[in-house]
Amino acid sequence: MNRPTPSPRPPRHFNLVARVLHWSMALAILAMLFVGVGMVASLSLRPVLVDLHRPLGIAILLLVIVRLINRLRHPPPPLPADLPRAHAFAARASHWLLYTLMFAMPLVGWSMLSAGGYPVTIFKGFALLPIAPHHATIYAVLRSAHTWLALLLFATVLMHLAAALFHAWVRRDGVFASMARGALALPPPAAADADLESVEDKPIAPAPTNQRQQ
Amino acid sequence: MPDIDPAAIPSTTDRRWPGLLAIALIVASAALAFAWTAGWLTPGRLTPQRFTDAIEAANGQVWQGFRRAHAKGVCVAGYFEGNGQGQALSSARVFAPVRTPFVGRLSIGGGSPYGLDNQARVRSMALQLDSDDGQQWRMAMNSFPFFGVSSVQAFHEQTLANAPDPATGKPDPARQAAFAAAHPEFARFAAWAKSAPWPTSWANTTFNGVNTFRFVNRAGEVHDVRWSMQPRAAFAAMTPEQRAAADGDFLGEDLGARLAQGPLRWDMLVTVAQPGDAVADPSQSWPEDRRRVNVGSVVIESATPQATGACRDINYDPLVLPAGVQGSDDPILAARSAVYSVSFNRREHEIAGGKAAAATGRAAPQEATP
Ligand code: HEM
Ligand code: HEM
Ligand code: HEM
Repeated sequence: MNRPTPSPRPPRHFNLVARVLHWSMALAILAMLFVGVGMVASLSLRPVLVDLHRPLGIAILLLVIVRLINRLRHPPPPLPADLPRAHAFAARASHWLLYTLMFAMPLVGWSMLSAGGYPVTIFKGFALLPIAPHHATIYAVLRSAHTWLALLLFATVLMHLAAALFHAWVRRDGVFASMARGALALPPPAAADADLESVEDKPIAPAPTNQRQQ
Repeated sequence: MPDIDPAAIPSTTDRRWPGLLAIALIVASAALAFAWTAGWLTPGRLTPQRFTDAIEAANGQVWQGFRRAHAKGVCVAGYFEGNGQGQALSSARVFAPVRTPFVGRLSIGGGSPYGLDNQARVRSMALQLDSDDGQQWRMAMNSFPFFGVSSVQAFHEQTLANAPDPATGKPDPARQAAFAAAHPEFARFAAWAKSAPWPTSWANTTFNGVNTFRFVNRAGEVHDVRWSMQPRAAFAAMTPEQRAAADGDFLGEDLGARLAQGPLRWDMLVTVAQPGDAVADPSQSWPEDRRRVNVGSVVIESATPQATGACRDINYDPLVLPAGVQGSDDPILAARSAVYSVSFNRREHEIAGGKAAAATGRAAPQEATP
C-alpha cells in the first residue's frame, strides 16, 4: 500500500469505486461493531442481530476483496507533500491495519463458528462450509481473537475518523475531499460554491506542491 | 466555516480549537455510544454474562469445563426417522420419511457434574440433527411440561433465590418463599415438582420442548407449535423408597443396560396452537384438546461418556433451526440462546486453558454427591 511516487498527473481523488466502497463499508463496519457488542450483551435481541451479523460480515469480506483489487489497480492520490513524515507514516500504517482487520474480522468470525461446531448460516436454509475443524481450543482462541480484534478495529476506526476530520477542519488540506467526492469537470466558481469542502479545497495560503486541490 | 478569509488562516492557532474540540466531542460520543451498547456503562442491566454469573453463584462453585446447567449427562447417538406426517406442517427435511442422524445428550438438571440422579427433579434430552440437505436442527428439552415462570427477569430472580446462603450452604427458604409469592405462576411448577411421578429411567421419561416454535410448510403456511418426545419404553414410576435407595448414578447405569438390549425410541408429538393460545409464555400450557401429530421417532442407539463424547463441545442452542422451523416471540427462547452461548464460551475457554481435567476425562470423575 505504498503511495507511488507522483507520476506526471497524480490523481487528486480516490476513484468512484474506492469512494463508494469506502463509505458504504464504513457504515457497514460501524454497524457490525455496534451490532456485535450489542447482541452479545442482550437477552432479547441476540437472535435477530446475529442473523444480521453473519451475512453482513461475509458481505464485508466480499467487498474488501473488490476494494483491495481496485486499490492496487488505481493508486490513491498522494498525501500532501507538507505532511510531517510521522503523520504520513501513521496514515499509511493505519490504512494497512484497517485493510488487515477488514479481512481478518470476517475470516475469524467464519472460522470461529466452524471451530465451535455451529452452522455458518447466511440466510435461512443456506450455510457456508466450515473452514476450521470443530475443536474446543481452536474455538476458544478464535472466539477471543474475534473480541480483541474487534476492539482494535474500533480503536483504529476512531483514530482514523479523528485524523480524517483533522484534515477536514484543522489542516484543511484536501485529504478529506479526496475521499468525499470526485474531481469535477470544471473548477468550481470561486465564490458561488461556498460549501465546506470547496473551501477546504481552495488553495489557502500559497498552495504547497502536491497539495490535493480541486 | 463558509466565509473564511484565506489570509487569516495559516498561523492563528486559536482557529484550530473549534475543529479540535468538535473532533474530540465526536470521537468521545462514538466511544461512549459503543460502551453503552456493550453494557459497560450499565452494571445494573441484566445481560447474558450477568445471568450466567447468577447461575454460577447458585451452583455454589464453578465446575471448570462443564455446562453451567444440566452439567451431568452422557452423550448419545442415533437417528430421527420421519414418517411424512410432519411435512404438512413444516418443510424441514427431517420430517420426510428418511433417517436423520443425530448427536444427542441425556442429562439431569443442576449445575453439578456430580449431582445425584435420584434427587434430580428435572431430566433432559438434547439433540443435534444433521439432515441430508446440509441443515441442522438443535433442540434441548426437559421433563417438566411447562416452565416455572413467564419472564426472563423472573427466572433470574428464581436463580438468585436458589443461591446457597453462605451461612448454611443451602438456599435461604425465606428468599425462596418471597420469590414464590412474587410469582404466582410458579405455584403450578412447584405442584408439578412435588407430585409428578419419577420415571425409573431416561428411557421412559417424556421430554418437552416447552417453548413455542413456528413451523412453516412448503406453501408458506405458519403454525405455532410445541413438541414432546414420548417414550415407547413402558412407563414405571419409582416409589419413594426405591428412589431413596437408588444409586446416585443409576440413570447412566440403567441406560447402558437398556442399550445393550437394543435401541430406545421416543415418538415426536407436535401440538398445534389455536388462535389465542399462549405462544409467548412457556409457563402456560395449551388446552388438552389441541391437535397432536405424531411426526416420527427419535431412536438412540449408543451412549458415550460426555468427557470424551461428541456432545461435549456442542452448544444445544434451541435457535439453531433448519428452514421450515423458526423461533417464536417467546422471550425465554431468545434469552436461552444468549445465555447458552456465554456458558459454552466459558467452558470451551476452560478446556482450552487446560483447566478442565475432569470435564475432558483427564482426571477421574468424583463420586456423585448431594
Ligand atoms: C469503519 C470505518 C472505516 C474504515 C474501515 C475506513 C478505511 C479506510 C481506508 C482503508 C482508507 C485508505 C483508502 C482506501 O484504500 O480505501 C481510508 C481512507 C480515508 N478515510 Fe476511511 N475508513 C472508515 C471510516 C471513515 C470515516 C468515518 C471517515 C470520515 C469521517 C473516513 C475518512 C477517510 C478519508 C478522508 C480517507 C482518505 C485518506 C487519505 O487519502 O489518505 N473514513 N479509510
Ligand atoms: C467486519 C466484520 C465483523 C465485525 C466488525 C464483527 C464484530 C463483532 C463484535 C464486536 C462482536 C462482539 C464480541 C464480544 O463482545 O465478545 C462479535 C461477535 C460475534 N460475531 Fe462478529 N464481526 C464480524 C464478522 C463476523 C462474521 C463474518 C461472523 C460469522 C459468519 C461473525 C460472527 C459473530 C458471532 C456468532 C458473534 C457472537 C459470538 C458469541 O456470542 O459468542 N462475525 N462480532
Ligand atoms: C431463561 C431460561 C433458561 C436459562 C437461562 C437456561 C440456562 C441454561 C444453561 C446456561 C445451560 C448450559 C448450556 C451449555 O453450556 O451448553 C442450559 C442447558 C440446558 N437447558 Fe436451559 N435454560 C433456560 C431455559 C430452559 C428451558 C425452558 C428448557 C427446556 C425446554 C431448557 C433445557 C435445557 C437443556 C435440555 C439443557 C442441556 C443441553 C445440553 O445437554 O447441552 N432450558 N440451560
